[in-house]
Amino acid sequence: MNYIPHTEKDRQEMLKVIGVKSVNELFKDIPASLRPKSFNIPQGKSEFEVMEYLMELSQRNAVSLTNFIGGGFYDHYIPAAVDALASRPEFYTAYTPYQPECSQGWLQAIYEYQTVICELTGLDISNASLYDGGTALYEAAMMAIRLTGRKKIIVDSGVSLIYRAMLYTYTSNLAIEFIETPVVHGQSCREDIYKYLDDKTAAVIVQNPNFFGAIDDFSDIVKEAHKKGALAIASVYPVSLGILKSPGETGFDVATGEGQSLGIPLSFGGPYLGFIAVKKEHMRQMPGRIVGATVDQDGKRGFVLTLQAREQHIRRERATSNICSNEALCALRALIYTCLLGKNGLKDLANLNYQKAEFAKSIFDKIPGVKVKRSSPTFNEFTVELPKNADAVASSMINKGFACGFPLGRFYKGLDNYLLVAVTEKRTKEEIVKLAESLEAELCS
Amino acid sequence: MQLIFEKSRSGRLGFRLPESDVYVFESLPQKYCRKEEARLPEVSELDVVRHFSGLSRLNFSVDTNFYPLGSCTMKYNPKFMEKAASLEGFSLLHPLIPQLSGGGILAQGSLEVLYHMDKLLSEITGMAAFTMQPLAGAHGELTGVMLISAYHKANGSLKKHIIIPDSSHGTNPASAAIAGYDVIVIPTDKEGYLDVQAYKKALSKDTAAVMLTCPDTLGLFNPKIKEIADLAHSAGALMYYDGANLNAIMGKCRPGDIGFDVVHLNLHKTFGTPHGGGGPGAGPVGVSSKLVDFLPISRVMRRDDNTYFLDYQNKKTIGYVAPFYGNFLVILKAYAYILALGKEGLIEVSENAVLSANYCLSRLKDYFEVAFDKICMHECVLSASRQVKYGVHALDISKYLIDKGFHPPTIYFPLIIKEAMMIEPTETESKETLDKFIEVMIEAAKLSKKNPQALNLAPEIMPIKRLDETKAAREPDLRWKP
Repeated sequence: MNYIPHTEKDRQEMLKVIGVKSVNELFKDIPASLRPKSFNIPQGKSEFEVMEYLMELSQRNAVSLTNFIGGGFYDHYIPAAVDALASRPEFYTAYTPYQPECSQGWLQAIYEYQTVICELTGLDISNASLYDGGTALYEAAMMAIRLTGRKKIIVDSGVSLIYRAMLYTYTSNLAIEFIETPVVHGQSCREDIYKYLDDKTAAVIVQNPNFFGAIDDFSDIVKEAHKKGALAIASVYPVSLGILKSPGETGFDVATGEGQSLGIPLSFGGPYLGFIAVKKEHMRQMPGRIVGATVDQDGKRGFVLTLQAREQHIRRERATSNICSNEALCALRALIYTCLLGKNGLKDLANLNYQKAEFAKSIFDKIPGVKVKRSSPTFNEFTVELPKNADAVASSMINKGFACGFPLGRFYKGLDNYLLVAVTEKRTKEEIVKLAESLEAELCS
Repeated sequence: MQLIFEKSRSGRLGFRLPESDVYVFESLPQKYCRKEEARLPEVSELDVVRHFSGLSRLNFSVDTNFYPLGSCTMKYNPKFMEKAASLEGFSLLHPLIPQLSGGGILAQGSLEVLYHMDKLLSEITGMAAFTMQPLAGAHGELTGVMLISAYHKANGSLKKHIIIPDSSHGTNPASAAIAGYDVIVIPTDKEGYLDVQAYKKALSKDTAAVMLTCPDTLGLFNPKIKEIADLAHSAGALMYYDGANLNAIMGKCRPGDIGFDVVHLNLHKTFGTPHGGGGPGAGPVGVSSKLVDFLPISRVMRRDDNTYFLDYQNKKTIGYVAPFYGNFLVILKAYAYILALGKEGLIEVSENAVLSANYCLSRLKDYFEVAFDKICMHECVLSASRQVKYGVHALDISKYLIDKGFHPPTIYFPLIIKEAMMIEPTETESKETLDKFIEVMIEAAKLSKKNPQALNLAPEIMPIKRLDETKAAREPDLRWKP
């Protein structure tokens, strides 16, 4: 076996030192009655054979479609330097930096990543990352429950249906009351939120831009939530924060989100990157690893895992979360990506996305029978109403080479004719115009 | 090293975006826009490359150093797995594609990977079916505990508590607690096994599950494991298998055959996917037949014509635990690993991992206290308690190892062993490497008598010396500020 270096001679020498005659003797504690009833695994193959097979499999995925599907997961360009640096084995074959003296590279990178997340969200404290945007939102909800001692959470239905489904799964045994409030003309319904908001409410959760692509200024909702002693939590799209008002500026207590758009490939759903940032006063209720700066014996700056008394390996059943590993390598990608773009680059990228989506809207407006929803401003994704079932249209458009958008009827009752269209910086004017032409032809047929 | 923010120079660019090819539209109204800009660094591409190349060199990693971190299975990560994950057919696929009508056909390659992994992991562990969704080991634990509670709920009672040994990973009690259960902790007996008397006493009709690691965190396989499982079942409780230590027993014994009902695996441990500096991992969960109906949706199924589809019909499902189908690229790497090693390869993995751990134990037991002096499985637990009288602790020995180029073992875990040092060499390290490590450990044991200060002051040749962790916790500095 090529990954196991022991030769027969090595094995014999080692067995002799141990004082047993065979490897089998080492397994004597496993009774004969517990030996496998079967172990029907195919025979091993050479690297070449495995790669040929996987190459063939990869070609059975259709990745050549011109992609206008977003839904919280976006097709942005990834600079080559992100892959090159995140592929350094000194990063990816290390583990959680428990031993700071031989892990300063990782620890400093996480400290820098925490800074980037704080800067993007306009909040004070972040951590070394969480699994994905959905689990990050769940951790935020649990934080609010611990901090307020209350058990009611108001969730705007503009929050991704996937994330809401995850929230409900995780809390199914905990007596937490979730109230979903509707989205009206793309915006969170204030009337309903205020109706349910009271001194038993732990948090109000919204998403910006919401699942329909609509942008909102949530300062009014945040203010009302605070009046009742509830936390305000926002799930956000990090690329949009190049131009959109930050959660910190709006007054949110906690911001979470999916970091995939920051240099992480779509990868059929993972690995992704959950991020979280909070106001300083909530620091000790944060889940997950946190890196802090300190000094060594000579007074030199260095970095360590800190505030560990919150965590499962110390506090066990009383920990703030059960999280142990995180998505450090994805966090590193996000850090490298944001450093490459820099202060102005992220702003320009966000603007480019906004402009291209506005262009797409203007073109879609001209297709007979198609209505672009314009009740709210949008960032790089918007909703259109088609004269036909959007799922059927999306399915036919695949044959024309387009993943033209996500049919909202899959997630929302009564929205069968609605399509959610995302336009990133990767989509050219030509592609957008071609999509509109094909869509028009499809709708006429 | 300077922070990347400290290297920033106003006006410097690291990346060029495409020019806009559309006419200019009116900007967003001001009330939606940020006033304070995000102070990201302004650096060139070369600045970024130098910075992160420089940082990477400050880390120990499996590719550069022996990394016997107990319970983490830091084996070598074959390079072709990375190549497989970088194939664009896999990395560029949008996860919503198969959720369009007729979209399943566009993702057949990835769906086949998920389907086969379900079958392979089921066979390796003796379970009926797997969900690939859980994104890490602890996430798998939470999923597993929720499956257990859904099963009990469907049978009339959620039950109240979960039994966990005092030697367990911290994630076990944490996962049980956040899923809504009380935790009953069972002590370890003087043989190093679960105290069966205390266990019997704790077991009741209110027990939802017994969560065990097998072999346990002391590196021991409990010969009474079947009896423990049978007792749980007769009390109406389910058995949960923490798969952190599966590397010890592939082809030697299967959790399903012992009677475990739920299993989580850490693909980043046993199946060779890299640990990524703390993640991403993947924590697929397998269940016995009575729990299959509760598995998360969607599940990947195969039609008679050998095409694959996403199935949402699992009526009693606990719902979604991940946004999509799990950490797909990690699952893909583990799939590649299993295909390459095959049946014989996996068995050899466990045999050689156990051989290496016993070799380390045998050569070191004259120099250090041993938690339990008997044949171990894939890892052994030593203690620095003999060195304490010279003022040397497990921490000091660890720091000495760092100076000698070895990543230290896991220290101070399991919590029940004083001054614990948990060594997991894995099957991919050669005898020469093990011998060098052992020599340094022996040297440290000798030095602790002769010159304990040499250990207390270590490390001396690393970029930094020991850090003031109290200061870090008391005066939290968790981000750069200009």
